[in-house]
Amino acid sequence: MTALLALAATAGFAGLIAAVHAGLGGAALWAGVAAAAGLAAWLVQRLGAAPGEGWRGLAAPLAFGAVVLALWEVLVVGLAVPMVLLPAPSAIGARFWLALPLLWQDFVQTFLKAVLAGYALGCGAGFALALLADRVDFLRRGLLPLGSFVAALPVVGIAPILVMWFGFDWQSKAAVVVAMTFFPMLVNTVAGLAAAGALERDLLRSYAASPGQALWLLKLPAALPFLFTALKVNAPLALIGAIVAEFFGSPTVGMGFRITTEAAKLALDLVWAEIVVAAVAGSAFYGLVALAERAATFWHPSVRHG
Amino acid sequence: MSRAVLPVLTVCAALVALWYLGAVWMNWQLVADAQARAGAAPDLAEMVRLTLAQPRPLLPAPHQVVAELWRSTMTLPVTSRRSLVHHAWVTLSAALAGFGMGVAFGVALAVAIVHIRALERSVMPWIVASQAVPVLALAPIVIVALGALGLEGLLPKAIIAAYLCFFPVAIGMVKGFRAPDAMALDLMRTWSASRGQVFWTLRLPASLPFLFAGLKVAMAAAVVGAIVAELPAGAQAGLGARLLAGSYFGQTLQIWSALAMAALLSATLVGLLGLAERAVARRMGPRA
Repeated sequence: MTALLALAATAGFAGLIAAVHAGLGGAALWAGVAAAAGLAAWLVQRLGAAPGEGWRGLAAPLAFGAVVLALWEVLVVGLAVPMVLLPAPSAIGARFWLALPLLWQDFVQTFLKAVLAGYALGCGAGFALALLADRVDFLRRGLLPLGSFVAALPVVGIAPILVMWFGFDWQSKAAVVVAMTFFPMLVNTVAGLAAAGALERDLLRSYAASPGQALWLLKLPAALPFLFTALKVNAPLALIGAIVAEFFGSPTVGMGFRITTEAAKLALDLVWAEIVVAAVAGSAFYGLVALAERAATFWHPSVRHG
Repeated sequence: MSRAVLPVLTVCAALVALWYLGAVWMNWQLVADAQARAGAAPDLAEMVRLTLAQPRPLLPAPHQVVAELWRSTMTLPVTSRRSLVHHAWVTLSAALAGFGMGVAFGVALAVAIVHIRALERSVMPWIVASQAVPVLALAPIVIVALGALGLEGLLPKAIIAAYLCFFPVAIGMVKGFRAPDAMALDLMRTWSASRGQVFWTLRLPASLPFLFAGLKVAMAAAVVGAIVAELPAGAQAGLGARLLAGSYFGQTLQIWSALAMAALLSATLVGLLGLAERAVARRMGPRA
């Protein structure tokens, strides 16, 4: 029954998309949209209500995403929405394909250079300072409130200063990423290193374990869930930092540069293509960190039951 | 709490000292070149004094930033286009309008998700996934698209701020509405409470801690959103416009004072939310 419904909804939307591209409009358009959307809503409702584990649980969100995309295409083409307002998914896809080399250059400049370098440096520095703060309690008590305070500040605002200091190329963007990723890593690592239980610490002390051994055998494993939380929070932050920093000046390549200049030229389909790249890169980055988390903290309750 | 005061002050003092050292170090070349051109050979004390008093330093000293902040907020009339109060208000109004819209939408979405099962299964994964997407990159699109509709000024900025706000609130509130345990929900059922009664008397009060956690994140995000929204549009007023203009013309003092103002604004707003949270928690009484 569900498969039949899915088939009907797919066929309905396919027919509707073909019709609007052929020039369907007016009341017929609205009737078609209402019928197809009704079918789709029924389908999503059924999929969502059915019990599903693992891959089967993905059916409802995937169907919902496909429906949104199809409605977007039908409405934009059918109502002849100007491209400046919102390009159709098909137009974005076509532009994406044509501009692939350009998008790849921007991706290399912004993601492979600025984001990855800044992410590694920022997370590494935050981690190192947290290790130090864990040994020096005075430092920990001084840094922790400050680190939480920084979370309330618009850190990305230092982008113009860093662009001035480090030049227009990717180094300045990496510096912005460092500034944005440093504090979440610091705060989470400090919290994580304090997460090991008192009982286990006492046990290690009774074994005369050195501080290094205690760190390696007890505190770091206990801190891993916190570390990965910070790594996951930082993944999209890093991309945002690099893109926004490019708004303040960059060489004539880069995702943020392309987005601002093409938006000013009203080439919105290219801007949307760039957004697609950013979205895919951001989700893939996040997904990779999440996969690493599952592999590294397989013993943690949140993963075991997940 | 008081145990933390001394360490925090020490770390702050160390940061300020580092800042002064950095200012001397970074502006040294600037001053040295200027003095060499003038044919002067100042001694060390004079050099340090000069590095901390440059009109367009590479890194301004803290007291210069404070002085600039004071000059541009207190000595100029509020209506002046060079007054930082004016710019801060432009950004603040957009951030607050966006905050209101985003929070309302986020809470409404959370209510819908908690009550409609299919919505959770189909929409919730997208909300979570969209957090991994650099939302701020959409800012130029929103500005251009709304500009094409003839909307300019406050509204596009507020929409971007709202877009950033709504995720933390929606996700936190879904968790919060689910916070009451099964026992409490069962108790409500034995009283044959309607869904509305369960919502108002059980779910809503239980969700307040989550609401405030989400609100604080959202407030900071709203300020960031309003500032970034001012970057691509060539906005004439607002803290983001000050940052951009400062970076075009190398007016470092202007950048730093705008940045300090943004930090003050954001910290104050989040602090106010913290106060409200405490007041509400007191009204709710001790937790069982």
